[in-house]
Amino acid sequence: MAKHHVSATVNNDPVEFLCETDQTLLDCLRDELNLTGAKEGCSSGDCGACSVTINGRLVCSCLVLGVEANGMKIETIEGMAQGDKLHPLQQKFLEHAALQCGICTPGVLIAAKALLAKNPNPTETETRYWLAGNLCRCTGYDKIIRAVMDAASEMRKGA
Amino acid sequence: MQERVKSPKFDIIGTRPIRPDGADKVTGRAKFGADHKIAGQLVGKVLRSPHPHARIKSINIAKALALAGVKAVVTREDFKEQSPEFIPAGEMLVNYRDVLRNVLAREKVLYEGHAVAAVAATSETIARQALKLIEVAYEVLPHVINEVEAMKPGAPIVEDGMITAGVTPPPTTPSNVAKRVEFTLGDVAKGFKDADVIIEREFNTKPVHQGYIEPHACVASVSEDGTAELWTTTQGHWIARAHCAKLLGWDITKLRVTSSEIGGGFGGKTVVYMEPLALALSQKSHRPVKMVMSREEVFRASGPTSGANIWVKIGAKKDGRIVAGEAILKYQAGCFQGSPVQPGCMCAFAPYDLENVKVVGYDVLSNRPKVAAYRAPGGPISEYAVESVVDELAATLKIDPIELRLKNAAKEGTKAAYGPKFGPVGLVECLEAAKNSPHWKAPLGKNQGRGMASGFWFNIGGETTVSLQLNEDGTLTLMVGTPDIGGLRASLAMMAAEELKVPYAKVRPIIADTSSLGYNFLTGGSRATFSSGMATVEAARSIIKQASGRAAKLWEIPEDAVSFENGEFRPAGDNAGKHKPMTLADIAKVAGKTGGSIVGYAAISAQGAAPSFGVHIADTEVDPETGKLTVTRYTAIQDAGKAIHPSYVEGQFQGGAAQGIGWALSEEYIYGADGKLQNAGFLDYRIPVASDLPMLDTIIIEVPNPRHPYGVRGIGETPIIPPMAAIAAAACKATGVRMFELPMSPPKVLKAMKDAKAGKKA
Ligand code: FES
Ligand code: FES
Repeated sequence: MAKHHVSATVNNDPVEFLCETDQTLLDCLRDELNLTGAKEGCSSGDCGACSVTINGRLVCSCLVLGVEANGMKIETIEGMAQGDKLHPLQQKFLEHAALQCGICTPGVLIAAKALLAKNPNPTETETRYWLAGNLCRCTGYDKIIRAVMDAASEMRKGA
Repeated sequence: MQERVKSPKFDIIGTRPIRPDGADKVTGRAKFGADHKIAGQLVGKVLRSPHPHARIKSINIAKALALAGVKAVVTREDFKEQSPEFIPAGEMLVNYRDVLRNVLAREKVLYEGHAVAAVAATSETIARQALKLIEVAYEVLPHVINEVEAMKPGAPIVEDGMITAGVTPPPTTPSNVAKRVEFTLGDVAKGFKDADVIIEREFNTKPVHQGYIEPHACVASVSEDGTAELWTTTQGHWIARAHCAKLLGWDITKLRVTSSEIGGGFGGKTVVYMEPLALALSQKSHRPVKMVMSREEVFRASGPTSGANIWVKIGAKKDGRIVAGEAILKYQAGCFQGSPVQPGCMCAFAPYDLENVKVVGYDVLSNRPKVAAYRAPGGPISEYAVESVVDELAATLKIDPIELRLKNAAKEGTKAAYGPKFGPVGLVECLEAAKNSPHWKAPLGKNQGRGMASGFWFNIGGETTVSLQLNEDGTLTLMVGTPDIGGLRASLAMMAAEELKVPYAKVRPIIADTSSLGYNFLTGGSRATFSSGMATVEAARSIIKQASGRAAKLWEIPEDAVSFENGEFRPAGDNAGKHKPMTLADIAKVAGKTGGSIVGYAAISAQGAAPSFGVHIADTEVDPETGKLTVTRYTAIQDAGKAIHPSYVEGQFQGGAAQGIGWALSEEYIYGADGKLQNAGFLDYRIPVASDLPMLDTIIIEVPNPRHPYGVRGIGETPIIPPMAAIAAAACKATGVRMFELPMSPPKVLKAMKDAKAGKKA
């Protein structure tokens, strides 16, 4: 079967790729565009390791088809740092040791950034419920929640 | 009493620098198992058994091979038989007959999901089509899933002809019991005779999966000359190398294994599954082959830990002194022998200083995936049961559960039932810290209860090699061989920097591949910071010695007349002040002229790993309408010996606690009557999510391990031991009923509460 031609914007860069009808956006990012920052933990929408945003909306890229990305603005973990300046969330994750193995980290960071875009001053409970779609098996979430709230507070000061 | 080593003053140890691999991990740059790619690679896929137990009559691969784009198929025919003897592989004793059969079924499939064949094709789609074209003729056999059923006479036999080991005289008929083990101390019969109170209970636990978020993944590339490279996500690449070389009949030196960044292991990545298949497929197809498990495959075909049936009996005097403890443990091994029942037996009563103990364990086969190690393998199950009975004992005797434990706590000099006498251990300190913690004294709300429990784990040392290179600009490169799963590189760089008195950022640690460094046993047994740390310190001290030699040469004075203080090499004694002190960087600069590159190398078998005790406190709240238990407050207290990087120590406490909370409340393998797993996904196999948990408070106790240069104890495994019993104790307070089964999921809790109410009325 002929592949589909998709044009999209990824991390502000125009991209084009060919994909199969049933290929997920996650697979397109990883296999066609070599952006392996988004991870596959389940491919069923349960772990959030594949989190990206499409036109600003947080999605599991394993549940989106590559063809659906046509004309969309996609942001992935690879676009989060600006030059050599880490995003405050990235910085706080390092300072708080909010990652152990780090496989969940790209997804958690993308989800946390989407949270702070909507709600710059989340409570602990709001943060926990927002991140409930991002599984982390290593940390017990304690340091993740602290890092997100600390980053939020720093970003509020900066804003 | 042995004198406890005093903690020296440290500059870097005990601080919290950012990990060396941190930036790569927050930017998506870090390469995990599935992120590796080689030009021309094929996609490898596994055909798995739909039956829990069946004889394989034939496998026909002709149609699959004929499909365009299919480059290779492997089946049992491609692997030579292995001996059933347990032979050394690194530091483990391995029965390669079973390893081989778990990688690829031979006579029979033994669980739903058991690998039967593998294909390599030019695309994922073609590989999937090819799997459908493989024709397997099965003779379906009766299956057995539950360990108690599997032990009954007449149960379907999983391994034909299996005779129970450890029983004299040996049984004459085959059974599913692979072995019986027993540990005794003193005389339990006499102990129980002296008891004022005896409590006897039976418990059941379900298999739980390690649940690492990264599925197994590897890329294999075999060259025409028979040399091969393997990239894989593993806790031990030397172990992966040993297993693959053995199964494929290759010389070890021909196989170079690189461990990728690893997305969680918890014991589950200490074995091989697809790696030998990928290598065999690559050898046959002359192309690199990449294989990645789906989440469903991870659940169905990689090791959970044992489900178990446990019986515990404890006798005590009225004042709370325990006089006898006895237990019988029946652990599921999965379809091949080797459940962690032995460590389960050894741990069961380890937190107590007892005179009379008897523990008997059975290793029981059933038609389930072969269990793999899971954080403190075996310990959480037996200690859950014992700790639960101890809690009931405290309630019966109306003694505070911490006081009861303090009365009986293992301490330095205690002889454990499994043999050794403990050196300095921190259980009493943990219990005191629990008693004095704000958590233990805080008021509770409605429908809430509080519980606590102790935990013990041995920890290991083992074969470890590191290489520390002094670069020409004075910076250092540290090569280690224990995969870093949660901040190891940070801790090791800190130890090297501490020893050499250089800034932390000047030491760059990497995980070396199997061809670049001597043998390393795997990251497991809470050994990595302990053993690789010990080797790193030794390598750093070797650098100091070599550098002193170079300074001596330059100054033309004897080597022992050079001292190393505050990061400077100085002429000492009679020569003091005669030469300008040199830093490591000064010496590095002239290394080429004074004898060549300076490399510290340490190849050790780390001895003196010390156990770590922990105490957890849990508050739970029950929803009386649904039976749902929620953990509302949690504190993990543990003896770390010495916390090198306290954040990562806390992280281990928290991560273990969270896994234990899942084990206690929501995680379980659910099988249908058809012998098939019904919840092979994260939606139905519920690991705790952020909204399920409270903050997880930690208290680090430091009773230094005298056998480690900095006092380190392994700490990674103990934290998964206390949660189940602590939560069960808390749930008992919250609901008014004592439960003896895990997980304490809402339907079970609701039923227990209803039954208790009905019982009261009747
Ligand atoms: S991989 Fe998309 S949610 Fe798990
Ligand atoms: S840090 Fe390992 S899964 Fe989150």
